[in-house]
Amino acid sequence: MSMICILDYGSGNVRSVYNRVSQIADCKVSNEKNDIVNSQHLIIPGVGSFGASMKQISNKFPLDVLFSEIAKGKPVLGICVGMQVLSEKGLEFYEEQGLGLVSGVVRKINSEELVLPHVGWNNLINIRECPLTLGITEEDDFYFVHSYRIDRISPEFIVSEAEYGEVFPAIIRRNNLYGVQFHPEKSQEAGFKILRNFVNIK
Amino acid sequence: MKKNRVIPIVLFKNGFVVQSKEFSEYRNLGNPFDSIRRLSEWGADEICFIDISSNQDSNLRSDLSRKSSTEYLEVLREVSRISFMPLSSGGGIKTIEDIELRIRNGADKVIINSAIFESLSFVEEAIHTFGSQCIIASLDVKRFESELSIFSNGGKVHEKQDILKLIDKLQDLGIGELLINSIDRDGKKTGYDLELAETIASIVKVPLIICGGAGEWEHLAEVLRIKKVDAVAAANIFQHVDQSVYLAHRYLYNSGIPVRKPKLLELK
Repeated sequence: MSMICILDYGSGNVRSVYNRVSQIADCKVSNEKNDIVNSQHLIIPGVGSFGASMKQISNKFPLDVLFSEIAKGKPVLGICVGMQVLSEKGLEFYEEQGLGLVSGVVRKINSEELVLPHVGWNNLINIRECPLTLGITEEDDFYFVHSYRIDRISPEFIVSEAEYGEVFPAIIRRNNLYGVQFHPEKSQEAGFKILRNFVNIK
Repeated sequence: MKKNRVIPIVLFKNGFVVQSKEFSEYRNLGNPFDSIRRLSEWGADEICFIDISSNQDSNLRSDLSRKSSTEYLEVLREVSRISFMPLSSGGGIKTIEDIELRIRNGADKVIINSAIFESLSFVEEAIHTFGSQCIIASLDVKRFESELSIFSNGGKVHEKQDILKLIDKLQDLGIGELLINSIDRDGKKTGYDLELAETIASIVKVPLIICGGAGEWEHLAEVLRIKKVDAVAAANIFQHVDQSVYLAHRYLYNSGIPVRKPKLLELK
């Protein structure tokens, strides 16, 4: 069974991610160097604000270890804010540097007359083929809860989008680095499919 | 397209799921774990799980100082292991520690009600600590002639505040969602207070959940047709009908309301 390491930096959804992923893989919640190095996959959970999450990540993660594992090609999945922090910077409350692993900045959704946050079930659009989207169609709904989105990311990194007032990236990928704006751990069967696809990435 | 949500509310009182009528009569409906498991299998979009347990001596002061029952937290933890959908926890939340405890035991969001009237700075601190997405402000509303009045502490205390001004304040503080419950319609099965829903919808800037009075699926449709009502919540109707959430989704879907495709799930 492959070992998944769910990075622990105090994010509110660590437990939910663990509950779901542990049904399909051996997994551990940790930010220890050994666990990160010995795992086959890494998950960066996330919920809440970009700035607060980045602060926790900078304080609690061995970032050099994380970067070197990513460089070696280990599959990584960022969830919600865990995806947003992969970008260059966030513009929530104040400007905050991200991990800079993909291009792009995180800014508030321009939702027109729609209320924020974008809370609830929404489907994906413009789905491109990728290991994460195997078996996923526009009929599948996922649970979203966020007011911010990645913007100005290189189009080649966008695997799928969603629409709420405007169209924004819902799944991103750069080589072995994956990110989802929604919460697969809270998205019943469709979300389970995404997590299974991720675990199956070699 | 973003879908409207159908949210069953599960009331937990001293170990059991109960049905409520006008916030005063309660009837035992059985085991909370089984109940939430079923709702989850029927495809609920989300569940609000609310602790309304009281101490044996349930005068107002002891009610206010009540700590979350360990029994409730245990059930919450168990339920979060099997229901892979958003789970909101409410009832008796007064402190930041209360919120932490709920989240640590599996809640994704918390519902704050009476504590709003003790101090708005608590609401602000909660938002700051856990993020807007985590905080649902809930107001219980009763009509006096045509006036809308807010009640706290399970409908016991009349709060003399203007509801629209209060909602504005809460929105400015950064609450993530607003849950409006009609005490008059609670348990009546006569339909939602549509006028109330429209009044609130006209000023709302966050997702709005309307609750109180559902007796048939058309009632859900009526309230979801109001612009800016994001979600519809109900307790009793989802407990009494087999495959309730599935049937609600099917009715709404066929009525052209944007909801998730009706589906029965097999939980593993």
